[in-house]
Amino acid sequence: MAESKYLMFLGCAIPYRVSAFEISSRKILEKLGIELVEMPEFNCCGLPLDPISHETMLILAARNLALAEQKGLNIITLCPGCAGTLKKVNRMLKEDKALRDEINCHLKEAGLEFKGTQNAKHFMQVLIEDVGLEKIKKSVVKPLTMIKVAEHNGCHILRPKEFIGFDDPEDPKTLKALIEATGTQCLDYLDETECCGAPSVGVNDKIALQLAKDKLNHMKMVDAEAMVTICPFCHIMYDTNELRIEKMFNETYGIPVLHYPQLLGLAQGMKPEELAFNELRVDVSKILAKVNAGGK
Amino acid sequence: MTEAAQKTIKPSEIDTKFKYEISKMHGGEKLMRCYQCGTCTSDCPIAKFSDTYRPRQIIRMTQLGLKDRVLKSDTLWLCASCFTCTDRCPQDVEVASVIRVLRNLAAEQGHIPQVFKEQCASILESGYAYKIPELRIKKRETSGLPPLPKGNSESIRKTLREVHLLKHMEKKGE
Repeated sequence: MAESKYLMFLGCAIPYRVSAFEISSRKILEKLGIELVEMPEFNCCGLPLDPISHETMLILAARNLALAEQKGLNIITLCPGCAGTLKKVNRMLKEDKALRDEINCHLKEAGLEFKGTQNAKHFMQVLIEDVGLEKIKKSVVKPLTMIKVAEHNGCHILRPKEFIGFDDPEDPKTLKALIEATGTQCLDYLDETECCGAPSVGVNDKIALQLAKDKLNHMKMVDAEAMVTICPFCHIMYDTNELRIEKMFNETYGIPVLHYPQLLGLAQGMKPEELAFNELRVDVSKILAKVNAGGK
Repeated sequence: MTEAAQKTIKPSEIDTKFKYEISKMHGGEKLMRCYQCGTCTSDCPIAKFSDTYRPRQIIRMTQLGLKDRVLKSDTLWLCASCFTCTDRCPQDVEVASVIRVLRNLAAEQGHIPQVFKEQCASILESGYAYKIPELRIKKRETSGLPPLPKGNSESIRKTLREVHLLKHMEKKGE
């Protein structure tokens, strides 16, 4: 059943340094009739601590889910990592009573209990399942037929398949369909589903940058005029590091990195300023000039 | 890992119970199913650019019981958790989750990369994995965004009070 009211889950990366994603998402969700309710008590989804303590991750995620249960609303997240974690933990705790009891012992310390009555979804899943492609297409007043972009899904919106249960990780189609709904041409390129490298930043920067460079090369090969992401971490990886990668490997890309809601917002007739285009680091003037000029 | 994998194996360093220990943990259940086909390594984006990170080797060393070599290795921390290996394993081994189980054990022994220590401290203090700059919090208002959820660090600390690893970290003053 299509839902129109969600609890907003921001996670950590977005308030930390990706506000353009939040600003543009809120704008387009409002336009599409999705109501967002704020939840001041939410904490980190837990994923960052999974590598050192699975138990901590479970407790942090379950705490958020228990809070959503108290409100009687499902969660929408902008970060695929948060969505994946909340979905996975929700299912693990629903299916495994012993684990649920164990985690509830921890939650009880703060007067909370996980019951398993609510769900979490990523922003893109809400767009495709609750809003629907038709409604999105109808909201477009300025089809962006003049530009060609490459999509970058990132990992956690697709994998592990068993817990995400959304789209096909080997041949994802949702983001492409959403991009095409704006009139924009979405290009195919080599290794589309490959990781951006962001999780390796801080552990081994060289490997991380090589991964990002590989993808930029593949996008350049098909003459992508911009890249479109739906994950704050992938966005940071490319937007913040593209200039660094160009210098380091003696390459030129000049591929701006847009958040999907920025692209949709443009097609819905919003101005770049309203959609926080000024926060993007890679120069967007060329693509915006093309959009302003209109035509093909 | 390649280096650690190439050293001659001495019977004294084999912990025969290690694989059973891992198999009992969430995510490690299917460790023993691995027949070393190498799909994980060949599809791994990190292995493509690393000379040392090979998920297949980590799995084999774990099956063999080379506990110390695996847990003390820095390469264990290179996995990007993209879950490509998990999704493509023909034997349904949750490779990325086995690696997470191994990291958790390494952490219990005190091997925790700095970046995780910082995120852990930040979550306990503010509820967020990163310290959100004041400027960002103030800027939200001018950008038309609702105030940042304050989190509830007291409630978080209460729920995490009995977590073994965190107690351990606190004791060591980290």
